[in-house]
Amino acid sequence: MKADVSKIDATTRAIIAATQGGLPLTAQPYDAVGDVVGLSGAEVQARMQAMLAGGVIRRIGAVPNHYKLGFNANGMTVWDISDEHISELGQKVGALEFVSHCYHRPRHLPHWPYNMFAMVHGKTREEVKSHAKEITAILGNSVNASDIIYSKRILKKTGLRISS
Amino acid sequence: MFETDKKLLNDFQRDFPLVPRPFAEIGRSLGISEGEVLEDFTRHIENKTISRIGAVVRPGTVGVSTLAAMKVPQEKLIEIAKIVSSFDEVNHNYEREHSFNLWFVITAPNESRLQEVLAEIENKTGITPMNLPMEHDYHLDLGFKLKW
Repeated sequence: MKADVSKIDATTRAIIAATQGGLPLTAQPYDAVGDVVGLSGAEVQARMQAMLAGGVIRRIGAVPNHYKLGFNANGMTVWDISDEHISELGQKVGALEFVSHCYHRPRHLPHWPYNMFAMVHGKTREEVKSHAKEITAILGNSVNASDIIYSKRILKKTGLRISS
Repeated sequence: MFETDKKLLNDFQRDFPLVPRPFAEIGRSLGISEGEVLEDFTRHIENKTISRIGAVVRPGTVGVSTLAAMKVPQEKLIEIAKIVSSFDEVNHNYEREHSFNLWFVITAPNESRLQEVLAEIENKTGITPMNLPMEHDYHLDLGFKLKW
């Protein structure tokens, strides 16, 4: 599912650029965005509604910082799942409430046998391990190998950045 | 944390109102004023419990991205991590507990720039990044359910 920048129009791109750092915390944020991109607040709302409906925007809302909220033991769980079942099982794992990202990625044999990544959030490593067990139960016989890779240090983290 | 505060964090990760005065509408549903909602959200952003209130854009909409991992000798980790982080296209860079110990996300306007960044990282560090582009996304991202 690769889209090029050229596939979204200039106004959509301008709205994404103007809101990527967050909506302004003022009483009428869409008016403020409109001032930046040259539209009325109502037009910004309508555009964002259309972007939601079209899937360009997945959701609009508060983006919590898991670490600051005490979810310190986030584990990247990685799985080697048989190719014929990955689609069905990936959707089940992606729907779990403690999973924030779930992707199919390529294997790099022999160094890297895993083809599914699921980011699991927990307050302790014990909690992450028990969530991983729940995933193992869902995967049943289709899983050949798995691992939990914990983060040690965040060396750089910035949000999506595009220029307008 | 107070109940209203939990609701602000938990219930508005999606469906943030697309109306002229969204904070007033949130306030109405929680029984507090528009000013109080704005104050609370501002405080959450200042103490970084939320990173922002905004739109979560579908991956691949405004460019292409990939996850890459490298096996870096521990004594060189800081030096090599600095080289990787120096690229504007690298927006996440994590040290992880694994033989693949450096994990980063590259986002570029197009595939050719993405490949160029991977090649430049290899040239500057002498280590070939393992390229793990997303093939399918199985998560709908409806927000993250917080429990206290």
